[in-house]
Amino acid sequence: MTDRFAPGDRVRTRIADPTHHTRLPRYARGARGEVVSTAGHHPLADERARGLASDPRAVYHVRFAASDLFGAGDHAVVVELWEDYLEPDGSPS
Amino acid sequence: MSGNHASSPVAAQVRHVEALLEERGLLDPHEIDERIDALAAGGTPANGAALVARAWVDPAFRERLLADGNAAIAELGFSMGGALQEQKLTVMANDADEHHVVVCTLCSCYPIALLGPSPGWYKSEAYRSRVVREPRAVLREFGLELPASTRITVWDASAESRYLVLPRRPEDTEGRSEEELAGLVTRKGLIGTAAV
Repeated sequence: MTDRFAPGDRVRTRIADPTHHTRLPRYARGARGEVVSTAGHHPLADERARGLASDPRAVYHVRFAASDLFGAGDHAVVVELWEDYLEPDGSPS
Repeated sequence: MSGNHASSPVAAQVRHVEALLEERGLLDPHEIDERIDALAAGGTPANGAALVARAWVDPAFRERLLADGNAAIAELGFSMGGALQEQKLTVMANDADEHHVVVCTLCSCYPIALLGPSPGWYKSEAYRSRVVREPRAVLREFGLELPASTRITVWDASAESRYLVLPRRPEDTEGRSEEELAGLVTRKGLIGTAAV
């Protein structure tokens, strides 16, 4: 399976709050960021936590501007996110 | 559902299942402790400090450490393979322009093999919730005042990777031995809540 994203890609994270375990932190939901690098391929934590079969898929280091996450701050936050949590950010920010 | 599970129904369920497994002879009472001991075996901040000191005296090693942490730490006999699978190690170098700091906002993910068990504050709700939002203020409370021109990058270690900060080499340390340099490096420096 080819990776859906590459370093430099602009992405947007999912908004939904799932009822099951997830590794998409709440503060990083519905946020726009940029893929920094691919951090390997791993089964999706959300599926493994529920005992479901899960194929490895790409995990990325995604950089967010603090102001995009919290509405304030001049720092950056890098979060490691499975590609399932991401969609291309085609719309203007 | 990405909060703290320490006192959640899930934690109670796990303890219940653990008790049942032991009761039915499927799990030796010491087995879990042994696995935890194996994971932490040999883990101490001295390992991280040795890596930093080597990177300070050997620019080629520094490059390899930043490019592929897992391969580089093997040169000093370290490994991220203590868990069920080898964890990817990413090393970030501090410089005048950028300072890195590590947190796990979802739980307490931490490079145990290189730093030993994590300090209490690393697992505290206050650190985990605040450092992603206001790192400059949190670092100031740790006694680290960064120039306004130094950008801060916070790394949330909430998935498969583990992170290690490579602090800047202090000034006036020319001619010091690798061992002496390693003695300058603190656990906080390796997490990013101190300069060194």
